[in-house]
Amino acid sequence: MEDNTLDSIPLYEKRIPIVPRTVHGKFRNFKTGVLVLAYSVFFLLPWLRWHRENGIPQAVVFDVMGRRFYIFDLIIYPQNVFWLALLLFIAATFLFFATTLIGRAFCGYFCFQTLWTDTFMFVEKWVQGERPARLKLIKQPWNAEKILKLGATHFIWLLISFWTALTFVLYFGYAPDLVHRFFIGQANSTAYFTVLALTLSTYAAAGFMREQICAYICPYGRFQSVMYEPATLAIAYDYHRGEGKEGRVPMKGDLKSLETRHAQGHGDCIDCGICVQVCPAGIDIRDGLQYRCISCGLCIDGCNEVMSSVGFPRGLIRYDSEYNIESGSPKPPHLSWKRLKVLGYLVVLIGMSTLLVVSVLHQTDMVDSVQQIRQPLFVEMSNGEIRNRYEVRLTNESDADAVYQISTPDLPAGALDLGVMQTVRVHSGESILVDVGVSLEPDQIAKHHKFNFVIKSLTNPKDDVEVIPSNFSSELSAS
Amino acid sequence: MSVNNKQPHVPQTTGHVWDGDLQEYNNPLPNWWLIAFYMTVVFAIVYWFMYPAWPIGRTHTKGLMMITYTNNQGVTKTVHWNTRALLMEETNEAVAAQKPYYDKIASTPFENIAKDPELNSFVLSAGKALFSDNCAPCHQQGGAGKMGLAPNLTDDDWLWGGHYKEIQQTITNGRHGYMPPFGSVLSDTQMTQLADYILSFEKIPVDPASAQAGNALFHSETAACYYCHGADAKGRVAHGSANLTDGIWLWANVPGGKTVADKESAIKKVITGGLNKGVMPNWGERLSAEQIKLLTVYEHDLGGGQ
Repeated sequence: MEDNTLDSIPLYEKRIPIVPRTVHGKFRNFKTGVLVLAYSVFFLLPWLRWHRENGIPQAVVFDVMGRRFYIFDLIIYPQNVFWLALLLFIAATFLFFATTLIGRAFCGYFCFQTLWTDTFMFVEKWVQGERPARLKLIKQPWNAEKILKLGATHFIWLLISFWTALTFVLYFGYAPDLVHRFFIGQANSTAYFTVLALTLSTYAAAGFMREQICAYICPYGRFQSVMYEPATLAIAYDYHRGEGKEGRVPMKGDLKSLETRHAQGHGDCIDCGICVQVCPAGIDIRDGLQYRCISCGLCIDGCNEVMSSVGFPRGLIRYDSEYNIESGSPKPPHLSWKRLKVLGYLVVLIGMSTLLVVSVLHQTDMVDSVQQIRQPLFVEMSNGEIRNRYEVRLTNESDADAVYQISTPDLPAGALDLGVMQTVRVHSGESILVDVGVSLEPDQIAKHHKFNFVIKSLTNPKDDVEVIPSNFSSELSAS
Repeated sequence: MSVNNKQPHVPQTTGHVWDGDLQEYNNPLPNWWLIAFYMTVVFAIVYWFMYPAWPIGRTHTKGLMMITYTNNQGVTKTVHWNTRALLMEETNEAVAAQKPYYDKIASTPFENIAKDPELNSFVLSAGKALFSDNCAPCHQQGGAGKMGLAPNLTDDDWLWGGHYKEIQQTITNGRHGYMPPFGSVLSDTQMTQLADYILSFEKIPVDPASAQAGNALFHSETAACYYCHGADAKGRVAHGSANLTDGIWLWANVPGGKTVADKESAIKKVITGGLNKGVMPNWGERLSAEQIKLLTVYEHDLGGGQ
């Protein structure tokens, strides 16, 4: 019995360093492919130029001070914030959808924590050598070799972290100019602070914290369990096949062929420990599904490699459902999508994506709103007419100046008072407030208490004419 | 270190046992968490030295951080960091950001301000803020005015004139409306006749004979109303005398009167006691010339101006 009293427990839990072994296989290739693609996009995108009439000539740039985001030909203004909300909904639903189908695919292949940790491990391997060499290096006392190798590793980690941080900042300004100003000390202090913070956090998260981020910090890692169902395809160890009746056993003596192993009641698992050695999260998949598993598939590659080399069938660890594995006589794994939960997520996903696409495609270059001024709601003029006033906001989201005209075709001629501004010129990207008045004679009010403002662009005929319903208020409607 | 990379998973307990089998897990904190916690403690201690922190009697520790700001008189001071100085600094920045607009307003003729969409847009936003701070206590939010207190600025009836220059004059120097009391000069019947005459402009059913008598009285030397209100009773902008022929009232609550008699008595009350309360303070000393110019355009916009 272990001594579990307070005195024997250290104040904090010591992390055992995880030194994963390199593995080859289709999951490793897939992960490397995703890594190359993601890095290409992330590191190169800020350097892609894009022709624009007005604005920063960079394909993707988030101009925070100018309050507009440029994504290729799409310009996003603060008033489009609901697109962001929609995008987050879609991303979350897509995550739930994928998790229900194939487990934590995002964690294992796409999450930036996984990608950067993977990169840092590549660096480790490149500088310090394979797993046995790295283990030896950790154990050996401090000498020139250890200092050189660890120093080089950390130096490269810091370089990668720095370039990651700098690239992130480049999304918020014109990249060539920003890089130049950054290195001559002329950039904004926010840029330096962001680069410092991101460099340190990347260095710490991918170099030291690694799987602890997934286990202790990331909320998704913890609530994924409610999204798994028995039919979900997850990375699973076929324990019926692996353990047999008598449990796993190494290949020794006469236990070298499947026939003799099965005859003695042992399973196919030869307990080589490769699946544990390749695991970046430091778990043993043979203990079953667990919250630390990020579903990266490396143990599948590792096990398959071993199974092939000893001539046993592959797939002892594979993507399979709990349901299928527990049945004892598993059928070939298949993606079971005919489930209410999956279809539900899918319907929501398609609905929201359609909404987003339609909304983005129907974006006009002019955004208007009309607000009735409520203080005072109406006023009686000296000739007995009643006047309401309206605050019209005209926003020009196109990349050229535009001239707008406000009219009220439903109302009698002369009711609309535009003051001295018969047409309104709005510069590109600007937003303008215009006050207009509507005066009606008391006997006209009943007929016109609801009417439309029509705002059209005189310069951009392709813009839709916007019709904005409005109200006319008077003492009659107030009582 | 485990050769297998595998993390230990032995649940530890605090050692207490209740009811024989109920135990409490004692999962130790991860190292990074503990370090982060100590860092917050260090941060707090550094903060105590840098910023105002601890109360000592009637004062407090001032901290090492200094802040430089420029006060209202244009004097630049460096003091221990405090939020008041910070506010002053940020206010100065905001004022500096508005300056190009105010400069443009100062140099642009009134009519052209209203024609320039961008400048006019600034007038609407900044004017609303200035109006709410300075004018709204009397003229009400949005310039709706209040019966018996301050005129409605959104209608087209201007006591002192609705041209830009007149509005600017009104704001800069203030106004003082005055009407002498007639209680000792006119009889009750005469005042009723005058009230009926005025109400007849609004097509309110009054006794025609009485209104006719009021008309005569209005233009006579006895009451001499025409002297200020004009022979057509439409008021004189130079005097700030009211236009009595439209349906817009400030001092006599005619719209609030339910019966003709109520309306009559509202007017008679004003005639009896006169007026010495239409006072608008002068803002020339409190607001800058540009602010007054901006407010002039804003108020001109409110009522459609003249």
